Amino acid sequence: MTDASANTATGLYATDAHIRKRNAAEKRFRLYGLAAVCVGILALIVLMTSILGNGVSAFRQTYVTLNIELLEAKLDKNGNRNIDDIKKVSTFGYAPLIQAGVEAAMAENGIEIEGLTGKQAGGIISKEAAAQLRNFVIANPDAIGTTVEFDVLANAQIDGYFKGRVDRADAELLKTVSPVQLDLSDALLEAGVLRTKFNTAFITAPDASDNRPEAAGLGVAILGSFYMMIVVLVLALPIGVAASIYLEEFAPKNRWTDLIEVNISNLAAVPSIVFGILGLAIFINFAGLPQSAPIVGGLVLTLMTLPTIIIATRAALKAVPPSIRDAALGVGASKMQAVFHHVLPLAAPGILTGTIIGLAQALGETAPLLLIGMVAFVREYPAGPPEGFFDPASALPVQVYNWTQRADAALVERASGAIIVLLVFLLIMNVAAIILRRRFERRW
Amino acid sequence: MNDMRILERDVDANKVKISAQNCDVYYGDTHAIKDVSVDISDRTVTAFIGPSGCGKSTFLRCLNRMNDTIDVCRVTGDIRLDDQNIYDSRVDPVQLRAKVGMVFQKPNPFPKSIYDNVAYGPRIHGLARNKADLDEIVEKALRRGAIWDEVKDRLHAPGTGLSGGQQQRLCIARAVATEPEVLLMDEPCSALDPIATLQVEELIDELRRDYSVVIVTHSMQQAARVSQKTAFFHLGSLVEYGETGQIFTNPKDERTESYITGRIG
Repeated sequence: MTDASANTATGLYATDAHIRKRNAAEKRFRLYGLAAVCVGILALIVLMTSILGNGVSAFRQTYVTLNIELLEAKLDKNGNRNIDDIKKVSTFGYAPLIQAGVEAAMAENGIEIEGLTGKQAGGIISKEAAAQLRNFVIANPDAIGTTVEFDVLANAQIDGYFKGRVDRADAELLKTVSPVQLDLSDALLEAGVLRTKFNTAFITAPDASDNRPEAAGLGVAILGSFYMMIVVLVLALPIGVAASIYLEEFAPKNRWTDLIEVNISNLAAVPSIVFGILGLAIFINFAGLPQSAPIVGGLVLTLMTLPTIIIATRAALKAVPPSIRDAALGVGASKMQAVFHHVLPLAAPGILTGTIIGLAQALGETAPLLLIGMVAFVREYPAGPPEGFFDPASALPVQVYNWTQRADAALVERASGAIIVLLVFLLIMNVAAIILRRRFERRW
Repeated sequence: MNDMRILERDVDANKVKISAQNCDVYYGDTHAIKDVSVDISDRTVTAFIGPSGCGKSTFLRCLNRMNDTIDVCRVTGDIRLDDQNIYDSRVDPVQLRAKVGMVFQKPNPFPKSIYDNVAYGPRIHGLARNKADLDEIVEKALRRGAIWDEVKDRLHAPGTGLSGGQQQRLCIARAVATEPEVLLMDEPCSALDPIATLQVEELIDELRRDYSVVIVTHSMQQAARVSQKTAFFHLGSLVEYGETGQIFTNPKDERTESYITGRIG
């Protein structure tokens, strides 16, 4: 009884060394945890500032408003408005008109820049503008001979100048832009001819070549990702849920089902690039499906997402109390009725969450798509479904990869912008998962 | 004790509803039930008593083939419901379970409305031709479950929102809604407080008029209160089976006496 007497001797208020040590350890552990959380939050903040800092500017773009005279002598020499003749005039034929448009704007606003050649004046406008003009003329041949107001893109270097990416020192060294062009841009900005506005083309336009990074957009990539998500959802959800229900509720528990279970868990850990090689070998080389097509991307991502969905669904089914199954069987429901009437509705929130997380994972996946050719430069929008599933397309993460590979600083900015778009989509999907879970959650 | 005498004569007059002969149950390598033979009478409450793990619940679950849902479980022997072997290959266990209803230890209403809980069985068995029919079946079942008066104004409230005792009576109502011939109850009162237990016990006594009721219970007092016949299980064997009065006042087997006097179990 020495212990008891020792306790009474110290009393309740006094703490001995052992207790003090234990309390200190507990306090220390809490601090470690707090520090870990802080590191995580700090990393997130750094990541977000870096992405937002680099990428937000991609959503704004410099435009120049020009009154361009569509000269008949240049565009339709015969004067008979024959559409085939008009189509023969290439974009090079439109460049002088744009140059003239810029010079007209200068004259109108009384801008004179010393040492500025006519070619340099026209050079502040994107090469995309000529294509824009040509498309307009082909669509409206009657406009030839009139003067039309156009909102045309400024060159990427001029755009970069207003976003702080290019300064005068750079302009001295660069071949693509000269200080006099920057002077002109400043003057045009003051005159209200040039301005920066929200860049809807970034979301809707297709990718553009290295000569005109200012025109590059995510349209094809978003559409391609969207098509792939449809393929994944349509294939992975029913197959995954059916496989999980069979394994969890019907399959006998024996060596074979154990083996299958281990393999599903292993598949979830297989590096995604391996799925890309598999997709290349099976879907493209063997089955002969087209390269760069969303259907192939979707199939590969389906293979990748299946284990995630199966694991989440099985966990959700396991979480349904067995008493519910007993209750259903006890009133004479068949096994299938018990599962479909009672177990599945209760597991639905978990299944939905798992599916959306799987989809989000698939949306952000890059490596397997590189191997099936989705990294190709695609300027044509895929057609509407279902033919569009077989047309070449890009995907959001692949577009990010593609743009960071290309040297132009304007494209690097766009890559960060594309990451923001990707993150917004992921955020929307996660919010949807939370809302669905809340809505379907039931207590028992 | 005069009441008891009348009951005894009652029991003798009833025919055998379920007859189990030489029943053995194995869980993998474990021999859970050893050569049990019992005749369960119609319109009688039969209680299975015994210490934990003696196999009384396992045996109960053999009577409506609920053990089929356990992979490793194997049942041998002959169990007959109205002289038909329930383990015959021609018997559909799903149909059997509609005839032999079950109430579980923990109240387990579906997370649906009170109405849907009761209506589920009749619906899947196609017992109702239309909505009015179904309403009638639900009301009848809830009245038999002695819970109608408490829930008639909130039939569309969730069944899980009821108190424990009400939930268990709802489960009983759900079980009787499919018009079973036998009701199996696996410790139906073990999760309930004394007042709810009393209500359920009164209900069991009333159910005896229409059904053959088999109840597994830990409480010897409960067995004595509600049952006419009692079977005592010990270590997977049926030790003694007889009229409740006789089992509790004059047990023939030494082990039964030890158990009811509290020396084992």
